[in-house]
Amino acid sequence: MKPAPFEYHSPASVAEALILLAELEDAKVLAGGQSLIPLLNFRLARPAHLVDINEIVELGRIVERDGGIAIGANVRQADAQADPLVRNRCPLLPVALGLVAHPVIRNRGTVCGSLAHADPAAELCATLLALDGRVRARSLRGERVISASDLFLGPMESALAADELLTEAWFPNFVGPGAISEEVRRHGDFAIAGAVRAGDRLAVFGVATRPQLADPADPTRGLSPSAQPECSPEFRLHLLEAVVERVMKA
Amino acid sequence: MRVNGLERPDATDPRLLLSDHLRHGLGLTGTHVGCEHGVCGCCTVLLDGHPVRSCLLLAVQARGHEVSTVEGLAADGKPLHPIQVAFNECHGLQCGFCTPGFLMVTSALLATNPEPSEAEIEEAISGNLCRCTGYAGIRRSVRRAAELTGR
Repeated sequence: MKPAPFEYHSPASVAEALILLAELEDAKVLAGGQSLIPLLNFRLARPAHLVDINEIVELGRIVERDGGIAIGANVRQADAQADPLVRNRCPLLPVALGLVAHPVIRNRGTVCGSLAHADPAAELCATLLALDGRVRARSLRGERVISASDLFLGPMESALAADELLTEAWFPNFVGPGAISEEVRRHGDFAIAGAVRAGDRLAVFGVATRPQLADPADPTRGLSPSAQPECSPEFRLHLLEAVVERVMKA
Repeated sequence: MRVNGLERPDATDPRLLLSDHLRHGLGLTGTHVGCEHGVCGCCTVLLDGHPVRSCLLLAVQARGHEVSTVEGLAADGKPLHPIQVAFNECHGLQCGFCTPGFLMVTSALLATNPEPSEAEIEEAISGNLCRCTGYAGIRRSVRRAAELTGR
């Protein structure tokens, strides 16, 4: 057995999942599992309970709403990437999805799971921020909408409370000038430095503890990325300037 | 769960990964286990026709689903599957450790895209690592597999 012991729950509805999240101590939501299961396998995460939402049919939809598209928590990244509605209403999103890991990972990984995981180098978190999107979180206490600028607090840390389930992500319709670019060690890796632009909004990722908005004229201001093997902070800022230049030209 | 078309016992312990259930529970050792955190691609199987990492899936999550493993390509003692023939012909394997993963992503690719472009082939196999043969031979093998299965 790779993971440490946990109790497994597979609710059939959101209502049932919310009761579990409210009642259980130390529970973790399992969606696509492409980030969580490696953490379990390494025993870096050892939750007492796993609440697997994969069987919840109502979370598997993509719908048009409020001038944008709402993507349910069970929608796979590959399905969102290929979805005609997504491609039509928000073409930047499928482009960003194409940079997320590899096709096989995207067959299982979910859009919402990536946002809830809040990796500071993740393409989708920065894309939601650049597009000024938001997520919907539900708990037994009620429902709230969290904008992208309030969602990401730090590395792997989101504003979601322990009893909350991120039920959908909302991306606005956007067909203006948009682009995403990143520098990675290997195809499919997390970014050493990345930038995504939607119109006038520029978000940078991989260079701070969370994705953040930046000024296209001075994108590195206030940033002090950590050193990585064979990649100094100065070099990462240099790469950031390069990727920002690329997306601003698009 | 169904594996290669046959009803097989589900895992009982939720901690068991699908890769371990296939190998230890069902004796299907064709699915190889490399990194066990989703990087190498050796353990790739098809879940309802789509390639996924079996080391990043709990075996209990496969309940009610169809899993296809490399054993399903050609039965023991029977002629090789055209994809296997292509890998054999084009030196698409040396030690063979990564091969089950490459075969499964190739099978999923050709099922939906019988005549993939070079770029589509590269994209399809981009999540699988090989440490000895080299990717040129593997790319050639996928191209050849497309020819052989297209006939």
